[in-house]
Amino acid sequence: MDGKGQESGPRGILVLYFFIGFTISVIIGWIIFPKLLYSQKKQPIDFNHALHVESVAEGCESCHFFREDGSFSGIPKLAQCIECHESAMGENPEEAKFVEEYVAKGIEVPWLSYSRQPDCVFFSHAAHIKMAELECKICHGPIGESEHSRIYEENRLTGYSRDIWGKNIAGIKQNSWDRMKMDDCAECHADMGGGRKDACFVCHK
Amino acid sequence: MKIDRRGFLSLGVGAAAGIVVTPLPWKLTDDLSIWTQNWPWTPVPADGEKAYAKSVCSLCPGGCGISVRKVEDRAIKIEGIEGHPVNDGGICILGLSGLQTLYGPTRVKQPLMRSGNRGEGRWQKVDWDTALAEITKRLAEIRKAGQAHTVACVAGSDQGTVPQLLKRFLAAYGSSNFIRTPSIRDSYELAFKTMQGSEASAGFDLFNSDFVLSFGSGVIEGWGSPVYMFRANSELRGKGKIVQIEPRLSNTAAKSDKWVPINPGTEAVLALGLAHEIIKESLYNKEFVEKYAAGFESWEDAKGQKQKGFKDWVLENYWPASVANITGVKPAVIHELAVSFAKASKPVALCGRGQGNTPVSLFESMAIHALNALVGNINQKGGISAVPFADYINWPKAPADAVAEAGLQQPRIDGAQSDPFASRYLLNRVVNAAESGKPYALQALLVWEADPIYTLSGSAAVKAAFDKIPFVVSFSSHMNETAQYADLILPDHFYLERYQDIPTPLGMAVPSISLSRPVVKPQFDTKYTGDVLIQVAKGIGGNLAEAMPWKDYEQCLKETLGDHWDKLNAKGMLIAEQYQPPAWDKAFKTASGKFEFCALTAIGETVSIEGDKESYPLTLIPYDSMRLANGFIGDPPFVIKTVSDRILKKKDIFVEINPETAKQYGLADGKSAVLETPRGSARVRVNVFEGIVPGVIAMPRGLGHKAYDKFLAGKGLNVNEFIGSVEDPVSGLDAAWGIRAKLTIA
Ligand code: SF4
Repeated sequence: MDGKGQESGPRGILVLYFFIGFTISVIIGWIIFPKLLYSQKKQPIDFNHALHVESVAEGCESCHFFREDGSFSGIPKLAQCIECHESAMGENPEEAKFVEEYVAKGIEVPWLSYSRQPDCVFFSHAAHIKMAELECKICHGPIGESEHSRIYEENRLTGYSRDIWGKNIAGIKQNSWDRMKMDDCAECHADMGGGRKDACFVCHK
Repeated sequence: MKIDRRGFLSLGVGAAAGIVVTPLPWKLTDDLSIWTQNWPWTPVPADGEKAYAKSVCSLCPGGCGISVRKVEDRAIKIEGIEGHPVNDGGICILGLSGLQTLYGPTRVKQPLMRSGNRGEGRWQKVDWDTALAEITKRLAEIRKAGQAHTVACVAGSDQGTVPQLLKRFLAAYGSSNFIRTPSIRDSYELAFKTMQGSEASAGFDLFNSDFVLSFGSGVIEGWGSPVYMFRANSELRGKGKIVQIEPRLSNTAAKSDKWVPINPGTEAVLALGLAHEIIKESLYNKEFVEKYAAGFESWEDAKGQKQKGFKDWVLENYWPASVANITGVKPAVIHELAVSFAKASKPVALCGRGQGNTPVSLFESMAIHALNALVGNINQKGGISAVPFADYINWPKAPADAVAEAGLQQPRIDGAQSDPFASRYLLNRVVNAAESGKPYALQALLVWEADPIYTLSGSAAVKAAFDKIPFVVSFSSHMNETAQYADLILPDHFYLERYQDIPTPLGMAVPSISLSRPVVKPQFDTKYTGDVLIQVAKGIGGNLAEAMPWKDYEQCLKETLGDHWDKLNAKGMLIAEQYQPPAWDKAFKTASGKFEFCALTAIGETVSIEGDKESYPLTLIPYDSMRLANGFIGDPPFVIKTVSDRILKKKDIFVEINPETAKQYGLADGKSAVLETPRGSARVRVNVFEGIVPGVIAMPRGLGHKAYDKFLAGKGLNVNEFIGSVEDPVSGLDAAWGIRAKLTIA
């Protein structure tokens, strides 16, 4: 192949091409990619945490409680909601929908969990809340103050919630609850234990 | 504008440079790696609500407390309960793999009726109504024909409500043939009965001992309550000593303070050799022997005849030199062992080879127990005690009609309990009785939590005996060898699916009751054996229905446990905390009110094994391992995977042989050989092993299954096929500890 004889275009054009490529990539990487990567789902019922926290006695633990054996109940089951919402207590259309579609039919609400970890992770709420006395907020953020359920974003490749990687696509975090990857667990564990490293089997059982 | 090649390259370079300043490559790499973990074909149990359920493991008589992690109704992990009196957080490899026995492919999923020949494996699936109608009809017919006494039951235990229901059912039906599978329990119970006059099981306070003299007992190989014994063994480290007397270097021997290799089958002689030295050196506990024991010194009987006491009998017959000749243990070692045992402050001697799944001769159990008496550790801290059987089952006597009374008049099929030295149960004799039809032909056999076809020695003879029994019913929840050979299988719920009361675990010194609780709902169409018995009794009617007045088994269990029920549901195990073994003046219920040494001098010598030395120059002994379950349940896949390839390689089983002996017969390590015994021959592989005494070869128990799944079936050989039963002339127990054998180059 003989390229020597070819006329080269002005340098400026090449730089322009470079910047066009560069800009397209940046737009794809920062804006389009995250939109493509995550699908958006609405919670089946728009839940008002703030309202509930106001009217229960024991804060988060009123509904997200520890069982007698120390295991954590997680997202409440229908049976628990029914304790108060046998029939609608107020005027809220979301509550009416909840009673009609789930309570009356005896169907569990398919809540979407923002913080579900992979199966290989063994996480004990008791160890963190009861023993280390952490506040729920440290990992879950001020969810108790929210008046509406956020849109649930699911990673199309991994199937996990966007909250695990964090809202910020670059993985930058400002608050302790912004991300829930292994590094975030490790960061806190190292801080707490004065640089102590936990064995793999503490969390991967 | 046309893009030329250079322009295009610039665009590409720009795009590449652009992409690296976005999170895309890093995020995508991370997501892709996670994506590979979540391939849809990777099996992942469904997620759901997590919880723990507490129960008690009953895969062996160990009685470990277990905590089962669950996701919804699926059990996903079994762990030991921390702080539990038996296992304190520990668990054995079988217990850990229990979920594979629960969910594995070997479960019997519904009642089955044989449709092909015996053992052919052709079954007709039937519903419970049909199955119950069949067993009720067959048993009613036998009873109607005046043959009630010809029905027998084999069970893995005689304690707890299910075995007691089986016994009660038989009694009301008209048969006294309830038979427990043989084990070291038989030997201990008999030794206690003859020497101490007590009906009790053996308890050991090993946690407080400072010298454990084990005559082949696999303290860390599953003897007694396995995990409890592992813990005792660790506790003993540094505090006390364990001396292991055994022909091969078992794990217990390897971890002990001293291993004393001995010629197999001569343990009783060594025990008496030790007694000789203890008596000669006057190291025995004078207080115990003089005040609380009878028959130690020689005496004159009522007719004025001189009777030889234990002391003179031992001093005359068990000189170290002659004992050394028989046992292969040097006189100096005998002397040293005797002195250190007697001088320890809390010594205890243990009996029962390996896991204790086979009895020993009464002579052996008594000789070893006599050592405990000599050092005065009976009912003492760190010693051995006779633990009373649980007393919470207080049903009124089963009502008997004329048929039942006539049936109960007949002798037991096994001739057990016929004289003071005879064992309570003699399953080995059922084999001969069924074969010969004497004292009568067995018409039906019910089998619960037992696998006699696999576990009894002389498997071929056992099978032949089964062939003579027209109706065999198995309650097994797994397709084990005996279930495979049955006519009707009425599968019980399995241990994680049911309530079951579990009395004092073997070897624990304090009486207790544990309660297994359902962890998951029954996975298949199974039924409590208790419910089957209640329903069959109701079907036959009359006094049988009266004997079983309960609505169902759970009601029976609840009523029987009474006040204990709620406490057991809350705690899992109730221990008689206040229990203290009785003091010496109240401990012995014999005629003399004392510990009787004379019971031992009255009986014969050790049991010799089958086969002549000429044709079979070697001795084959079986051995036990924690990695090879060998009872009514076989190894699940996880466990069989952990067996070393010096024991099992692909399908080949290894036979251990001393290098000296191997050389003598031209056998090389790893090579094939032919094993021959009077009971059969087969191809094996040779494991040249210094940890076995010359002239002896050893083979593991727990392999060679014909039943179960592809992970277990057809791997290795069942050592019981090569060993014949040898009856102890005194107790009637099968006391075979091996067989003569030949090993030749293949
Ligand atoms: S020792 Fe026995 S009772 Fe304990 S976990 Fe193992 S099999 Fe179960």
